[in-house]
Amino acid sequence: MSLSVCILRRACIPLFTVLAGLLLSGCGVNNLPTYDETAKAKWADVQNQYQRRADLIPNLVETVKGYAAQEREVLTEVTEARAKASQIKVDASTVTDPAKFKEYQDAQNALTGALGRLLVTVERYPDLKSNQNFLALQSQLEGTENRISVARRDYIDSVRTYNTELKTFPGVIWASTLYRSYKPMETFTVAEDVTKPPTVKF
Amino acid sequence: MLSRFRAVRGGAILGLLLSVVAFAAYALTFPELTGRVVDDAGILDPSTKAGLERKLAEFETKTTGQLVVVTLKSLQGTSIEDYGYQLGRHWQIGQKEKNTGALLIVAPNERKVRIEVGYGFEGTLTDAVSKLIIENSIIPRLRANDFAGGIGRGVDDIIQAVSVDSEDWKARAAKQRPDEEPGLLDVLVLLFFLFIFFMIVRSVASRGGGYTQTGAGARRGSRGPIFIPIPGSWGSSGSSWSGGFPGGGGFSGGGGSFGGGGASGSW
Repeated sequence: MSLSVCILRRACIPLFTVLAGLLLSGCGVNNLPTYDETAKAKWADVQNQYQRRADLIPNLVETVKGYAAQEREVLTEVTEARAKASQIKVDASTVTDPAKFKEYQDAQNALTGALGRLLVTVERYPDLKSNQNFLALQSQLEGTENRISVARRDYIDSVRTYNTELKTFPGVIWASTLYRSYKPMETFTVAEDVTKPPTVKF
Repeated sequence: MLSRFRAVRGGAILGLLLSVVAFAAYALTFPELTGRVVDDAGILDPSTKAGLERKLAEFETKTTGQLVVVTLKSLQGTSIEDYGYQLGRHWQIGQKEKNTGALLIVAPNERKVRIEVGYGFEGTLTDAVSKLIIENSIIPRLRANDFAGGIGRGVDDIIQAVSVDSEDWKARAAKQRPDEEPGLLDVLVLLFFLFIFFMIVRSVASRGGGYTQTGAGARRGSRGPIFIPIPGSWGSSGSSWSGGFPGGGGFSGGGGSFGGGGASGSW
């Protein structure tokens, strides 16, 4: 049956409705919610890894205290930085809240810095450096820092995809019609190299 | 006129080539996954490779986890941590939902070694355990230039570390409900809509629409079967992007991913 005859017949309205639905889904109307969910999932990953690092710290501080109790200043600094970072309540809504995001980022960076200084201090205590417990903790810390790094990179990528879709065609159309509540997401502004704890080689 | 066309075409081709090269310079290149032992740096002899392949294949048959040994000619300027997880993701080592994969990466030119652990193995092959394996089993032998021994011993230790709790995590994995295949869901939804559409068309046709009743009725009735084959083709295109199917009898990744777990060492 030719298309022109089809248009004339009312029977073809359901056909066009189904076709329109399929075309729209092809046009990316689902992209924004999908990217939004992906970015939020990656953000949850980042939080998990930061939390994992925070969980390692009390054990680390205790082990170091056993050998280097006189380094009270550095140990206190780490404990306080950890407490401060844990106090900031973050959830999925943080990704669209610039102030909260910056606060979280700054707190975690401060903790990274304090940990770096602690590890530098540990270099001066050979007994501590060769302690099995400490070596295990140190490898866990290194592994966690690596996971944080990977999780951040995944998050930054997913946020870039989301923010780009929000600004480019056809995402910008859907954003202003169907998804008015979607805002651009925050991304990490401090470069990773700066946040890596310094390693000392003798 | 013709020569100018040629010049423009030549310029366009050159521009295209340059852009491809420029892009390639930034992206990391990964060796082909030719098997469970990828000896890109050429430091293993064939008998060692065969022995390792056998051990790793046996491990996969027993536990469905995937272990791969890879030696690299060059880390291309990145750290072994950066390269490791991207390699693991590129090859998709490990089963799709469980991410039970691990890589033993040796870069002899940069003198770095790393055990890259997938999410699924992180419970047993922890960072601390990986570090111990690297420091105690692998690095002393690498220092003595015994690559076959170091890698062989490392593989044994990794298998042992993972197998200790294998019963435990196998039970855990079995308890997890596998996610519904998106392809199947798409097919069902599509079939549903087409069924509704078919019903609507039928009801409209039976009421008649300007043609003579008898001819129209008979013709409409014959249109029904045409819609049945379509879901078949849409279904197959929907399900083709779920999971990694092994390619033609060789070894390939099971669709697993990596998150940066594991440990590194250098000698």
